Amino acid sequence: MTQPVLEVRNLVKAFSIGGGFFDRLQIGGGKLIAPEKVLNAVNGVSLSIAPGEVLALVGESGCGKSTVAKTVARIHAPTSGEIHIDGTEVSSLDQKELRPFRRKLQMIFQDPYASLNPRQRIKDIVIEPMRAQSDRKMSGRELDAEAIKLLGRVGLNAEQANRYPHQFSGGQRQRIGIARALSVRPKVIIADEPVSALDVSIQAQILNLMMDLRDEFGLSYLFVSHDLSVVHHIADRIAVMYLGFMVETASRDQLFANPRHPYTQALLSAAPSVDKSLRKPEVEIAGEVPSALNLPSGCCFRTRCPLAFSRCAVERPALRPQPGGGSVACHLHDPAPEAFTS
Amino acid sequence: MNRLLSSEFVYNYRRNIPAVLGSVLVLVFAFLAIIGPFLVWQDPYDVSQLELMDSFKPPVWLEGGDPRYLLGTDGQGRDVLASIIYGARISAFIGLAAMICSCVIGTTLGLMSGYYGGTLDAVIMRIADIQLSFPSMLIALFLMSAFGNGIGMILIALTAVGWVVYARTVRGSTLGEIQKEYIQAARVAGLSDAQIIRRHVLPNVLTPLIVVSTIQVGSFILIEASLSFLGVGVPITEPSLGLLVKEGFDVLFSGIWWTSAFPGLFIMFLVFGINLFGDFLRDELNPRLR
Repeated sequence: MTQPVLEVRNLVKAFSIGGGFFDRLQIGGGKLIAPEKVLNAVNGVSLSIAPGEVLALVGESGCGKSTVAKTVARIHAPTSGEIHIDGTEVSSLDQKELRPFRRKLQMIFQDPYASLNPRQRIKDIVIEPMRAQSDRKMSGRELDAEAIKLLGRVGLNAEQANRYPHQFSGGQRQRIGIARALSVRPKVIIADEPVSALDVSIQAQILNLMMDLRDEFGLSYLFVSHDLSVVHHIADRIAVMYLGFMVETASRDQLFANPRHPYTQALLSAAPSVDKSLRKPEVEIAGEVPSALNLPSGCCFRTRCPLAFSRCAVERPALRPQPGGGSVACHLHDPAPEAFTS
Repeated sequence: MNRLLSSEFVYNYRRNIPAVLGSVLVLVFAFLAIIGPFLVWQDPYDVSQLELMDSFKPPVWLEGGDPRYLLGTDGQGRDVLASIIYGARISAFIGLAAMICSCVIGTTLGLMSGYYGGTLDAVIMRIADIQLSFPSMLIALFLMSAFGNGIGMILIALTAVGWVVYARTVRGSTLGEIQKEYIQAARVAGLSDAQIIRRHVLPNVLTPLIVVSTIQVGSFILIEASLSFLGVGVPITEPSLGLLVKEGFDVLFSGIWWTSAFPGLFIMFLVFGINLFGDFLRDELNPRLR
């Protein structure tokens, strides 16, 4: 098997919240204490992406999928776990040491209105990663030519290169963001909900552009999305997240045809579909997502799962490979140990 | 140029009478300060040009006025108008130089405070809080009386007073900017912290600084005038407007009002003009008010 371009093992990201030491200071048990408040955004996520593959990360808002993307891109420092880019462990490198690896991994952002610096010309935006990462000093003319070439590839023309971001529409801005990510010829692009802020008519254009670029440049994508129809369009493999845990991974066709985790089933049945034959039997889930400040014991989904049983409250299910491909983190799909079989 | 003239900014400016008035006042004073010395015939600090016989002449429209001295003369026979023009140069220089010094220092500290956060932020902001709890006049007065006077010392005192405003403004805008995804994009592009601050944060926090700077020049001129009036400001060899008021004040009760009143009025209109224009800029450039 070929080496994965991106491999993540047991990635954990916890954010310390509640402010500084003095904000947290309080009296507890007759003593002054400053309890640490921790938000567990990502709790041990593992994934790997083969060259040319599109892995989609889906889940509802707040499930930590964007945090995974931004931690893998090292915008956030991981709390623990390993990130291998093209075989090299990068999770503990600092910004300077990371620079050679940034060339292999770039990112497209969610909000095309906030992800471009309003005071930069778009040609400067596009060449910024190149300028920061190239080994040799490139001349201004060389960089300009490269910027125009890249912008041309994503569907913008040369006259537009000197304009500022506010002169462009959302779709055009996202094209600029794609050109920026492309400028250093990366192997993997992390796309954090790249089309969720766009009109549906524009979404398809951007997705098709991304797929064309994948074939042309041999890219892999880690595609974060909550939109199942978009994911169905673009993904080879899908990973489902819930409350910072990965609950199921499977190939696209397998996941849509035969979801195995109760959460995946609920997610798919909640997605509206025009085609009646595609509609799944209703699996409704009640209640709210538990707080990431205070995770439930055992399985994170048991508080809302219609199929939960006693073992779910005690033991946290691990993501186990399943016969027929993919893997699921659910006790229903696990040969139960003795204690629970009676 | 045409695009500038037809822009919304210029349109709003033309319709805003206080703003036009303010900027006209500022321009007139700037004009006077820059080329004024070529307009008046007397250099008030060249003793050879002074006539002691002409001391305490009233303004030209009063009885005993002399057409050579439009606004009258002081005790040494110096033309009050000429003194004002020379003094305005010193006042304007101090105001602008102090603004630039405090802007550079305050902006740097504010950027670091907002960008890095944590302990550095806490330390810088607590110093700023302590500083803000004292009236700025008191701090300047203390520094001037403790470490002596002179234009250099005034600049240090005004900078020590003025950096806080910049640091706080910049820190606030920085906190807002670094949340945005283009900063994260710059990080993914491989830029260092220093490069991100210089190329991405700084250009996006500059707008409020223009407003703050305008208002600050006015308040620096006022503080400097007050210090000089109190006798801890500029030395007598480099008299600013404040010192002129002080000099004139000594003879005010003998009925010679013009030596202090005209420099005082000049300060008033200068600061008034600056503030009017500053208010317009604030309304125009502050996106939160739109």
